[in-house]
Amino acid sequence: MTNSRFRLVMLVAAAVFAGAFTYACQSSSGPAAGAGDAASDVYVAPGDYDEFYAFMSGGFSGNVTVHGLPSGRLIKTIAVFSQYPENSWGYSEETKNMLNTSFGMIPWDDAHHPQLSQTDGIPDGRWLFINGNNTPRVARIDLSKFETEEILEIPNSAGNHASPFITPNSEYVIASTRFSVPIPQADVPISTFKENFSGTLSFIRADRPGEMDIAFQIHVPGFDYDIAHSGRQVSDGWAFFTTYNTEQEHTLLEVNASQADKDFVAAVNWRRAETCVAEEAGRLVPGQYVHNVMGEDRIGRSELRNSVRMIEPADCSDMIYFLPTPKSPHGVDVDPTGEYIVAGGKLATTIPVHSFSKMIDAIANERFETVINGIPVLEYEAVLAGEVQEPGLGPLHTEFDANGNAYTSMFISSEIVKWKLGTWEVLDRQEAYYSTGHLMIPGGDSSEPFGKYVVALNKITKDRYLPTGPELAHSAQLIDISGDNMRLLLDFPTMGEPHYAQGLPAELVTANQVQMFDLTENSNPHATLQESDARIERAGNTVHVYMTTIRSHFAPDNIEGVMVGDTVLFHVTNLEQDWDVPHGFAVIGARNSELLVMPGETRTLRWVPQRVGVFPFYCTDFCSALHQEMQGYVRVSPRGSNPTISFGTGD
Amino acid sequence: MTNLKASPASRRIVLAAALALILLYFVPLWKISLQAPQYPEGIGLLIRIDTIEGVGRHDLQNINGLNHYIGMKAIVPDAIPELSYMPWILAVLIGWGLLAAASGKRWLLYAWFAALVVSAVAGLVDFYLWGYDYGHNLDAEMAIIKIPGMTYQPPLIGTKNLLNFTATSLPAVGGWIGILVGLVVGWRTWKEARGARHARATEG
Repeated sequence: MTNSRFRLVMLVAAAVFAGAFTYACQSSSGPAAGAGDAASDVYVAPGDYDEFYAFMSGGFSGNVTVHGLPSGRLIKTIAVFSQYPENSWGYSEETKNMLNTSFGMIPWDDAHHPQLSQTDGIPDGRWLFINGNNTPRVARIDLSKFETEEILEIPNSAGNHASPFITPNSEYVIASTRFSVPIPQADVPISTFKENFSGTLSFIRADRPGEMDIAFQIHVPGFDYDIAHSGRQVSDGWAFFTTYNTEQEHTLLEVNASQADKDFVAAVNWRRAETCVAEEAGRLVPGQYVHNVMGEDRIGRSELRNSVRMIEPADCSDMIYFLPTPKSPHGVDVDPTGEYIVAGGKLATTIPVHSFSKMIDAIANERFETVINGIPVLEYEAVLAGEVQEPGLGPLHTEFDANGNAYTSMFISSEIVKWKLGTWEVLDRQEAYYSTGHLMIPGGDSSEPFGKYVVALNKITKDRYLPTGPELAHSAQLIDISGDNMRLLLDFPTMGEPHYAQGLPAELVTANQVQMFDLTENSNPHATLQESDARIERAGNTVHVYMTTIRSHFAPDNIEGVMVGDTVLFHVTNLEQDWDVPHGFAVIGARNSELLVMPGETRTLRWVPQRVGVFPFYCTDFCSALHQEMQGYVRVSPRGSNPTISFGTGD
Repeated sequence: MTNLKASPASRRIVLAAALALILLYFVPLWKISLQAPQYPEGIGLLIRIDTIEGVGRHDLQNINGLNHYIGMKAIVPDAIPELSYMPWILAVLIGWGLLAAASGKRWLLYAWFAALVVSAVAGLVDFYLWGYDYGHNLDAEMAIIKIPGMTYQPPLIGTKNLLNFTATSLPAVGGWIGILVGLVVGWRTWKEARGARHARATEG
């Protein structure tokens, strides 16, 4: 090639490159949603990992679902408050106690708000907490195993909605009564609401695995305590709860509880409450509640507790204040610095933002409008930092990025609005499909938001996916927030009804993953640690089958000596010590579920045979090339026939 | 008179080589790595001077579990007598090397080199024979997967496909140390032999 021709080729190549570059810049700077490069922004190549974990509350499914971001892929359902036959959660003998309450075993709840454990105000990837709204409970999920390890019931409560918003070093998760009730419960006319109904705010010790307990409850007026967030940085030591129905109505709340011009944000100085507890300001009141813990032996155990320490605000001064807040506020969110407390007045035309430092000054200067049940009500103007004007309709929740911006979901106008902290100026809007409830930025309710995306968790789905009859999956949208303008990237379906969600960089969780349980550390009293110990023992009408599984057989796989009406307990130990080799166990007529037994683990299925005959059992998890051969028979003889026990594999 | 002593340089090198062999008590000699679609993370065996163990904690158990499908007998380190002799053979070789360095006698050095070579060859032959035994003497009755003519001997060195597994057999750290020691000792043996011949030639 001559020199001049070479130059010409280079010139053309440079021109093509420059053109492509200009085109790329144009297409990424445009506000247009979805097209072209959005696909590559959410593409996670086969075999690659997502950058973030997102933990979505399952709402009325009672579970938590785990998605990867940015792909939106669903990668796990964690059984929490609801029985989950897929892995025998709440059915197996080892896990059924985890759903015990003071009402007995309850197989369902409504799970709203996941909260990651935090260290120094930053999500640390150890645990995820979530509330049970209906029968008040809080659960702790261990993120090395993605498994619920602890569930604590909350006494003197109803509708545990403002929960379990965590404090910056995971000292407490909090809870409240969304529905005020007679405390203690009593047979009173509903119309005596104003005289007889009240609420509680609960602080639950959260940083000691296996030892969750109600540290104290604060007895508060009979309002609805809706949502909360803990203070951080400058406001560390405080927790904030929204209220509605300060009208204290008990019927047709949609009208009657929307009358007052302002309701309140309750600001609780929990460090002050700790001092009062230390000085024994509270009294022990009766209240039955159950604590369930998965032990080191991987068996859930329940303990009934009977009383709780309750503090009256009048007995602990400087502990709680009310901040007037317009029109039935819903979410209350604290910015990364802890200075700004943003309340989503869901019927308000502005977003009011309270200032923590002004609040402290107002308290010092006693700028009180009034006092309700020993709780000073601060003057609105004395605590207000500013209002976001004309943000949209129906502001609910706010998350934050690391650059001083706030993102508020607008339920009625179906959009996410970005605005500036301090100037309260609206910067950008992004339509959502449809009616966003909560929204989530990874770390967006912590001291150091990880940023990059906001997920809109929408309440209405309509036409976003292929239709599936009347009941639709919920709809979420992934929105890029790395630039000045928000950019819609992806729709993805979510399961149950996600309310709030949490997200964090994947490596904070992947570093601690458990791949299997160590067989040598299996301390289940019914474990069978080697195949030669597999056996059957009868104790009265109970038959214990000590069974092992390894690719690709059960031991024993031929079982005789069982009678109709016996209680047969299949204690199945998975002898595998290999990653991703669970075995399943299912038997005809079992009125509970299958077992899914992880490597090194023991799980027990209760089976009461009803009919004479020979019944097969089999492995339900496709474990190996000879999985279909992984089967056996149990012979059931007539009641009273006293058959000889015999068992074996390959004999 | 002919000088029967090795040079001081050779003696220092021999000393270092003999001491380097001590490392073989602590590091694996050989590694058999297995790759399969189901094991993207890999699974494998390490052959040490006195035992065979998995690369991962449970690899030996899992390899034995997988091998039962083809009727291969379980690899049980306690059932391989060589693993109890080899530490003693290594001790003798180290002592021999130290003696050769201390005495400086050329014939001890030559003999040591020969002993190293013989030990290495014997070790590899033994390894091959065990591999042959595991790979060929399959329990026809218990084998679940039977493919006519298929045997499962791992390669002595190199890579081989065995059904869904790709087996790669290579020296591990200890093996490379042994090879290096052999080369260095061989080099000094050659130099010493040449030096001696040269000395005889000049004397003559």
